[in-house]
Amino acid sequence: MKNLKFLIIGIVFGIILSKSEVVSWYRIFEMFKFQSFHMYGVIGSAVAIGVILMQLFKKGIIKDFQGNPIIVKPKKKGFIRTFVGGSIFGLGWALAGACPGPIFVLIGHGAITILIVLLGAMLGAFIYGLLSKKLPS
Amino acid sequence: MEFISQPWPWYVAGPAIAFVLFLMFYFGRAFGVSTNLETFCTMSGAGKFSDYFKTDWKARKWSLVFVVGIILGGLISSQYLMTSDAIDLNPDTVKELAELGFANAGSDYLPAEIFSTDNLLSLKGIAILLVAGLCIGFGTRYAGGCTSGHAITGLSSLQLPSLVAVIGFFAGGLLMVWFLFPLIF
Repeated sequence: MKNLKFLIIGIVFGIILSKSEVVSWYRIFEMFKFQSFHMYGVIGSAVAIGVILMQLFKKGIIKDFQGNPIIVKPKKKGFIRTFVGGSIFGLGWALAGACPGPIFVLIGHGAITILIVLLGAMLGAFIYGLLSKKLPS
Repeated sequence: MEFISQPWPWYVAGPAIAFVLFLMFYFGRAFGVSTNLETFCTMSGAGKFSDYFKTDWKARKWSLVFVVGIILGGLISSQYLMTSDAIDLNPDTVKELAELGFANAGSDYLPAEIFSTDNLLSLKGIAILLVAGLCIGFGTRYAGGCTSGHAITGLSSLQLPSLVAVIGFFAGGLLMVWFLFPLIF
């Protein structure tokens, strides 16, 4: 039951992504066509506030619910990994009009065909796992 | 109630997402969705094929519960919180999509040209969905995160790998929309 809070946070996140139309394929197309500010505003303002939050975590002004310092795990380094991996993800993000969060939101909307995208994404993650040691980082 | 039924503008959604980011860290976890794709592989027995997947998925129950929440959030929204599925698009976008063969752009969240169930009956229809998924799954795991992990968490914490990843997201997305869409559709 200690995970119940994550269920509630997930529900809130799903509602935000639905109500702000971030889960709409069209909003992603518009973003990559630079024809709307919407997505830039959503991500930009989230990051702007996030920067402040991260500083408050780092300086120890905000602690976690148990009073421990909040540490943000560093991302794996490597130009090829992040740039090539990121670009491949970008191709899929634009084509499906959904990144992983919205894929799950759209399942909730009852979009049957998004399950094929999810299946593909699981296969993609599986292929990455098989090749992970051989890929350049 | 008016606010609940209307689409939310960016200046509501962005800060609300930052609040979700705060809650995840406050409760001692990271904000990210794409690692769950690996967890699904582990749960489906991928450990038999690669040690990469020999992880303890039970340690990631919190994240699986988060994903179940996201699905429920989508369900609740579509059932109770949305008066209309129409998206108020830029008229230029609608026109360009019409030229690509997308009719009635913005009349629903998703274009029928890609997401209608009829597409499951054609090889091209299934291939588009499956290839998009493959790129998402492979790309996010290779890059080490998606929009939540890299673009939101990583940029917020001023991490260089995340900046490179986000530049990659755009390189791929722009290539798809500007150059590959006219070839695919």
